Amino acid sequence: MPRPGFVLDVDRSTPPILFHHGEGFRLERLPAGRSRVIYPAEPLEALKNPDQAIRDALANPIGDSEPLAALLKPGMKLTIAFDDISLPLPPMKRPDIRQRVIEAVLDLAAAAGVDDVQLVAALALHRRMTEAELRHAVGDRVYDAFAPHGLLVNHDAEDPDNLLFIGTTEKGEEVEINKRAAESDLIVYVNINLVSMDGGWKSTATGLASYRSLRHHHNVHTMRHSKSFMDRHHSELHSANWRMGKVLRDSGVKVFQIETTMNNDVFGTEGPMSVLQKREWEWNVKDRISFTAMKAGLDRLPQRTRRSIFQSWQAPHAMTSVQAGEVEAVHEVTTANVYAQHLVPVEGQTDILTMGLPYISPYNVNSILNPILVACLGLGYFFNLYRGKPPVRDGGVLIMSHPTPWEFHPVHHPSYIDFFEQVLAETTDPIRIEAEFEKGFAEDEWYRHLYRTSYAYHGVHPFYMWYWCAHALQHLGQVIIVGGDTRAVRRLGFKPASTLQDALEMASDVVGRDATITHLHNPPILMADVS
Amino acid sequence: MIREALAGKRIFITGTTGFLGTNLLERLLRSVPDCEIVLLIRPGKRSSVDQRVAREILKNDAFDRLRTELGKDGFAEMAARRITAVAGDVGRDGLGLDEQGRATLASCDIVIHSAATVSFDSPLDTAVEVNLLGPTRIAHVLDDLGVTPHLVAVSTCYVAGNRRGSAPEQLVDESPFFVDVDWRQEVEGARRARRDAEARSRTPEMLADFRAQARKELGAAGGPLLSEKTEQLRSRWVADRMVEGGRARAASLGWPDAYAYTKALGERALADNKGAVPVSIVRPSIIETALAEPRPGWIRGFRMADPVIISFARGLLKEFPGVPEGIVDVIPVDLVSAAIIAVAAKGPEPDIEVVQVASGSQNPLRYKRLVDLVSDWFLEHPLYDAKGQPIVVRKWSFPGRGRVQGQLQRAQKTLTRVEGVLAQLPLRGKQAEWSASLESKREEAEQALGYVELYGAYAECEAVYGLDRLLALWDAQTPDDQRDFCFDPRVIDWDSFTTDVFLPSVVQQARVRTTPGGRTGPTREERLRKQVLAPERQLAAFDLENTLIASNVVASYAFLATRRLPPDERLRFVLQTLAEGPSLLALDRKDRSDFLRLFYRRYDGAPVEQIAEDSAEMFSRLIIAKSFPAAIRRVREHRRAGHRTVLITGALDFVVKPLEPLFDDIVAAEMGVTRGAYDGQLTDVPPTGESRAQALMDYAAAHGLDLRETVAYADSTSDLPMLEAVGFPVAVNPETRLAALARKRGWLVEHFSKAPGAPRTLVPIGPRRTRSGGLANPLVPDGVA
Repeated sequence: MPRPGFVLDVDRSTPPILFHHGEGFRLERLPAGRSRVIYPAEPLEALKNPDQAIRDALANPIGDSEPLAALLKPGMKLTIAFDDISLPLPPMKRPDIRQRVIEAVLDLAAAAGVDDVQLVAALALHRRMTEAELRHAVGDRVYDAFAPHGLLVNHDAEDPDNLLFIGTTEKGEEVEINKRAAESDLIVYVNINLVSMDGGWKSTATGLASYRSLRHHHNVHTMRHSKSFMDRHHSELHSANWRMGKVLRDSGVKVFQIETTMNNDVFGTEGPMSVLQKREWEWNVKDRISFTAMKAGLDRLPQRTRRSIFQSWQAPHAMTSVQAGEVEAVHEVTTANVYAQHLVPVEGQTDILTMGLPYISPYNVNSILNPILVACLGLGYFFNLYRGKPPVRDGGVLIMSHPTPWEFHPVHHPSYIDFFEQVLAETTDPIRIEAEFEKGFAEDEWYRHLYRTSYAYHGVHPFYMWYWCAHALQHLGQVIIVGGDTRAVRRLGFKPASTLQDALEMASDVVGRDATITHLHNPPILMADVS
Repeated sequence: MIREALAGKRIFITGTTGFLGTNLLERLLRSVPDCEIVLLIRPGKRSSVDQRVAREILKNDAFDRLRTELGKDGFAEMAARRITAVAGDVGRDGLGLDEQGRATLASCDIVIHSAATVSFDSPLDTAVEVNLLGPTRIAHVLDDLGVTPHLVAVSTCYVAGNRRGSAPEQLVDESPFFVDVDWRQEVEGARRARRDAEARSRTPEMLADFRAQARKELGAAGGPLLSEKTEQLRSRWVADRMVEGGRARAASLGWPDAYAYTKALGERALADNKGAVPVSIVRPSIIETALAEPRPGWIRGFRMADPVIISFARGLLKEFPGVPEGIVDVIPVDLVSAAIIAVAAKGPEPDIEVVQVASGSQNPLRYKRLVDLVSDWFLEHPLYDAKGQPIVVRKWSFPGRGRVQGQLQRAQKTLTRVEGVLAQLPLRGKQAEWSASLESKREEAEQALGYVELYGAYAECEAVYGLDRLLALWDAQTPDDQRDFCFDPRVIDWDSFTTDVFLPSVVQQARVRTTPGGRTGPTREERLRKQVLAPERQLAAFDLENTLIASNVVASYAFLATRRLPPDERLRFVLQTLAEGPSLLALDRKDRSDFLRLFYRRYDGAPVEQIAEDSAEMFSRLIIAKSFPAAIRRVREHRRAGHRTVLITGALDFVVKPLEPLFDDIVAAEMGVTRGAYDGQLTDVPPTGESRAQALMDYAAAHGLDLRETVAYADSTSDLPMLEAVGFPVAVNPETRLAALARKRGWLVEHFSKAPGAPRTLVPIGPRRTRSGGLANPLVPDGVA
């Protein structure tokens, strides 16, 4: 029986605590008596027979939906959309959940005599997936059967010939999605619900949408009113997506939603990485030795090599549930399953929140966690992993640990480079950035060309990363990055500190000498349920 | 008395564009209100003599004082009323005067001849034509015109030659040390030396040498530029021979340099040719910064001592030869002007009269004292290096000339050798800059050596110039004249002159950094960058390799060729490509377009469709992965500024096709196609070297764009023709030679780099396509080209 997550009060016997630090780690001693650490739950048990579970889910839909087999008819047009490279994190060991689900769906489609099938990676404004990445996600069998005929494609949010305007929501939000999907008799959406933000109507209304449609909820206003965007019922981001879902449903777009959840077994129980999943005071001699050896080895390697070692890590995390049927009903169940793994009850807010940022975020799989993504991972994702209220009080301090190198992937993040060099050099205020710069980047021909033909995130994507930080930026009194590249950290508008001690010292200017400290021991992922 | 004596007189002056001439003219205009002045001016290539007077003389800050006194309009009116300019040249027989000019000269009462080539290292024949024959030509014209105005010829104290002890105010040939040479033969000798040097420089062996040197300097810059450079080197060689010849001839006869030698013989020739013209000769010593008139510290141009002093203050010149107790005979320019005016006002003597204007005999400035004053001053007012740090000057030990020369020559040789080694290395960007800075170090050493060779003799000169006539003239002046026209060298207080007048003016003139700390205004790069992106520019042309991306034709071939190879074949391919590397590099350096033609044969038989498909993938994996984000941003900035952008590259069209949205147009190499496959033959001359420049010119012409308003970005000397063709060249990550050139010419240099964190590969290998076959030609499916 896996142990649930919990909050540890730090006393003098507490060993140094693990901070992730990009492609490396730090062990930090937190001040006794005023610090606490939120630990994630241990990995939930995986489904014993995932393929059978999938078949069962397809046959026994939730909500107002017939079983999938009943929805499949000869001569129909079927589009199978699936989550892209941003999920799960880190990428999972083969076979990927998507492969299992898609194969099950295709078996049913074949049995029903459906021959007009297209697979589309629902990547919205993310970069296109490469052949290797697609093969990993859907499996070689599916890839070889569909890709050579142009039936396995990346969604193109800038393809004027393959977008369809559906209508507007009651709040005037335009809904425009992939035309092939919209005109299909059925969209089967294959989801991996890593965190509670994923899934529901966000799958189709965001994953298959265009910039015209996305801009209505990917903006500063929405993000400042999503508290948090991980909590659907208090997230304006999700409300907008649900409104758009209604427009889709009302216009006759039919979606059969298949959502899966997974446990947080990121580092496994074997091998050197397994220690990262254990609580520090439970480390045995072998754990200590392997951690020390790993850290020493990593510290000696060049950054480039460390990055490729970490990026090649495939996590053993496994499926814990699968549910299919009507979007909203399915998502309610999914969210409950996600919460079961992630939620940790936390009492009250703290003055200083600390976190160690790992090497990966949704937008740098097989890539580089550039400074903008560092900001987004900390202030966007980790900060928002709460329900109720943020674990840090209004005006409090956030201390994150990450090397934050001034490095960018030239193919994946070209507009990020210019955003960093030109926009952030000018201002870090999300409102100004949105008003003065977004349009220029979003409608830029060159970025559009790179997004469509190369493997680049859309020109507007770095803006979204910055908007993702908007809630945290508004809430926090100060942001400090420990061990980061000084120039890059300053460019982000944050304060650089060389050690955690320095950072705490700096924070005392804002929150006083006896400030309380809470450390978010993530990853593996946890979500603070703050009362 | 002076004013009265010169009232109503017409004074003809030569050499007013020079340092002394400008000062003299200003003094006459301001202090002798009732004389008229005729200036002999050499017409410029594009400007008339009146324009030259306005621009090159009256605009000088010497006239600021007068302009303030009279008001702008008053000054213009006065200048128009009193100054007449006639076109002519003392270097030509008959002074190059037309009839009207001759008539004007005939109407003058006084002729002051101050035109000279004062440079100590002017070519022998130039010095002979101007300095030796100049005064004689004037005398001939006057004789021809049948007039006898008072001719005041400005010469130099150093006509006395290298000697110790007193040098009285006597004619050159009256000196017991004069070596009697016939000036006519010297003239003939100088002219012959020029003809010989010219002939010698045109021999096949010499021309081959120049050509090789030009190639070494410019690399594969293409025919026309190499020819231009070769010719430049040839005429520089001839000029160097003439300078050397002048120095040698002067030394052989006991003069410090060609200037003193030609001036001395000029005096001799004038004595032989003066006819009925009454002559006075005024001989100043080393003329320097003004003591008081028109203002303390006034100077025009960079004088002899200035570069030496600045080099010392910048720490470049660590030693300078000289005798510590020796006398540095310096005389402020305003004292010389006053003396000339006084001589002119006094009128001629029956025989040639020699008046020396110097300080050494009456008010000597010792060399050691000067050096102490200079180093004390620079300790208090140091210059600052590029990093804003003060430069500490060294104490001189007054070594002999031989030792200093030895040191400098050794330094120069070492630097030349290191530079030679570096030039062989394939350096780029910052490293190349470093090597270019080494080159400027070497040039600085050469310059210092030049100063020592040139001026060393003056610092070591121990002659003391007699001033009997000057002082007698001084005593004969009325108190008013003594007040208004001071030429008494005894009034100079060397300490205050050096520290309060001379050095501040030298430093100001030299435009060196005199304040600590970082600069506040925009840097030179920022200014140039702004110019380059200014909306008035019309066209921006870009090279591809090492300008936009860190890749080349070999890399793109390797990518395309390996994309369909099985793993073991790929390894073999990599090894083979690495082995070929050096020979390919050598060919590329020699001639870019030959290299391209040869290399592109490898595409023979490659199916067009397959290449198109693989090129699309290569765009992401090679081109963008190795691109310079700042360079791409620059292209886009140009477009936003409303400039047309064009990519001109020797790369193949299918390689650069995905870059189309970045540019308005792309000019690339194209290959012929037969039956759906490339034939490995270029359809046209590839746009590299001078054909790249031609492509740019054609493009600009076709679109009605002005090359002077064009910006060109390139990385190698083979792009020189294109860079030189445009108004705004930009050297991107330049290789050594281009870095040196860009530095010299003040071009904008950009260091674009790959995105930090970008993938690194030695030989780019295409990610494998799912089809295989170990083939002879990896690009051709059936293996048969």
